[in-house]
Amino acid sequence: MAAAPEPADAGKSRGFINWIDQRFPLTSLWKEHLAEYYAPKNFNFWYYFGSLAALVLVNQIVTGIFLTMNYKPSAAEAFGSIEYIMNDVDWGWLIRYMHTTGASAFFIVVYLHMFRALMYGSARKPRELLWIFGCLIFVLLMAEAFMGYVLPWGNMSFWGAQVITSLFGSLPVIGGTLVEWIRGDYVIADATLNRFFALHVAALPLALIFLVIAHVMALHEVGSNNPDGIEIKKLKGPDGHPLDGIPFHPYYTVKDMVGVAGFLLLFCGVIFFEPTFGGFFLEAANYTPANPLQTPPDITPVWYFTPFYAMLRAVPSFAGTQIWGVLVMGSAVVVLFFVPWLDRSPAKSIRYKGPIYKVALALFVVAFVTLGDCGMHPPAGIYPLLARLGTAVYFAFFLLMPWYTKIDSVKPVPERVTGHA
Amino acid sequence: MLKRFLLIAAVLVPGGAALAQDAGVPLLHAGTDINDVQSLQRGARDFMNYCSGCHSLQYLRYSRMAKDLRIPPAELAGNLLFTSTKPLDHIKSAMPAADAVNWFGNAPPDLTLMARYMGVDYIYSFLKGFYADKSRLWGVNNLYKPNVAMPFVLAPLQGVQKPVYKSVTDPAGHAGMELTGVAPMAPGSMTPEQYDQFVRDIANFLDYAAEPIKAKRETIGIFVTLFLLVFFAFTYLLKKEYWKDVH
Repeated sequence: MAAAPEPADAGKSRGFINWIDQRFPLTSLWKEHLAEYYAPKNFNFWYYFGSLAALVLVNQIVTGIFLTMNYKPSAAEAFGSIEYIMNDVDWGWLIRYMHTTGASAFFIVVYLHMFRALMYGSARKPRELLWIFGCLIFVLLMAEAFMGYVLPWGNMSFWGAQVITSLFGSLPVIGGTLVEWIRGDYVIADATLNRFFALHVAALPLALIFLVIAHVMALHEVGSNNPDGIEIKKLKGPDGHPLDGIPFHPYYTVKDMVGVAGFLLLFCGVIFFEPTFGGFFLEAANYTPANPLQTPPDITPVWYFTPFYAMLRAVPSFAGTQIWGVLVMGSAVVVLFFVPWLDRSPAKSIRYKGPIYKVALALFVVAFVTLGDCGMHPPAGIYPLLARLGTAVYFAFFLLMPWYTKIDSVKPVPERVTGHA
Repeated sequence: MLKRFLLIAAVLVPGGAALAQDAGVPLLHAGTDINDVQSLQRGARDFMNYCSGCHSLQYLRYSRMAKDLRIPPAELAGNLLFTSTKPLDHIKSAMPAADAVNWFGNAPPDLTLMARYMGVDYIYSFLKGFYADKSRLWGVNNLYKPNVAMPFVLAPLQGVQKPVYKSVTDPAGHAGMELTGVAPMAPGSMTPEQYDQFVRDIANFLDYAAEPIKAKRETIGIFVTLFLLVFFAFTYLLKKEYWKDVH
């Protein structure tokens, strides 16, 4: 690459950078991923959530490290050590609330990030692997959140773990042995807490970080999609850069800072004024220690799992086994991986798709929120019916997609992106 | 379908499921104020006098409480600490747990987190919900926690209440009685207003104990919010400046 003319005052620091560049690709990494990574200039509101997810990941890792310094992963001491963090560790309450609020914030930004992809066709060719890495991140995130929820060793931690691990018991033949292997005991106990701690603080975060790196590398290989769903790399200027692209740094670094500031206003609002978020982020039922002899009146997961929990409960037992609900819940996640191949519309973005996709996506959102609500209530009255309807719509959205995207009308897709934020 | 999982759980766990029953009577509104330090101080004093014999606050230290509630060291040592306890100790009850199980059927619960677990309105309602019931071991029952194991130690203050029933007919046509409230039967040493305030102070103190940082965190939150608003404005202007040349 031809050397760019250097500013006159850059001499000394340049020398140091040169020294590094001869030993480590610092400048080329900087250029490849920030200064000369060309992103479409028409990103809108929905494009904040990727960088926000990265921010929340860093928040979880940093606060998690400090929590680990004071938390005791033993059945006898775990619950008390949380209160020790709250009352005796300097700023421990803040670290803990940043972590608990961060867990919910993670799912909020990730759900919005995934919704963005469904709107603008971001999963489609050539971004299939990018999307699959994202789905893997989502799966690991669910495992990470579940195990993290067990660590305070409150009564809902205990019973939630009891219910979720017993799902594996519905597998034929190996079920019982598998559950015992996962728990390390016949019931949820000290051994379970210990291994969940190890997975939560070491194995899963490590895997998450690797996957996030792979996700970003795949993104920078193929380039970002945009609200118009067109490839900006098709039209390049004389300088070889996309006509509709702008360097990520400084344009999107400064823009994402606005997103970060807006996000932090909401995030800190929760942390400082309503850390339980009305019982959605921190449940009152978990403020009593784990008690194997006292089942909570309602065992409900935290809000971000409730859509999937509702699907699990929506399927009745059949042929003497509960496994069908487990399979449906698992399929609800697995089906996401196939999205890049399910959408057959010539247009990627919802802006140029026909009314059928718009209605389908709207119904999908309604179904997902309804399922979330069903998962928070005991399955009585209207809820079982709603959960079944929601499950049907959820799967119909994906499984019928090849058909309805093909018959749907399409508007002409423009050559160049429209407008910029 | 939840039953299904409870069933799995009940089978897997020896002893099975003892469900925490809550009564259908709506809770009273406590009307507490975590920033009312005088109320918290009275609540702390009354808790030490009437509750701490049996109930601990095992996650709260005397010293922390004294600092947050602005209780002078002399006052703490003279009136709130028992002879063998030191300011840095956690607030433990004097009652041995094994004896408690023998005397009451189960150990009196630690109350540090009761306000987070059941809510401050529950504590307030519970302490106003005792009524005479000869069928119970201690001669009292509770409107908000049926078949409570605790004797009503505040009876000398509140007096004794009687249950109020209403006649109901179930869908099958059987006539029955439903507990709907309580009414005064014999007066205690406090007027109803005095007792309400007494119970409100204790509920307020337990709200404090459940999260000692609460009042301070909200104050810090105001400054954090103000800073972030300024930060937001600057990032917005910075973005606008940079994006001037994007067309």
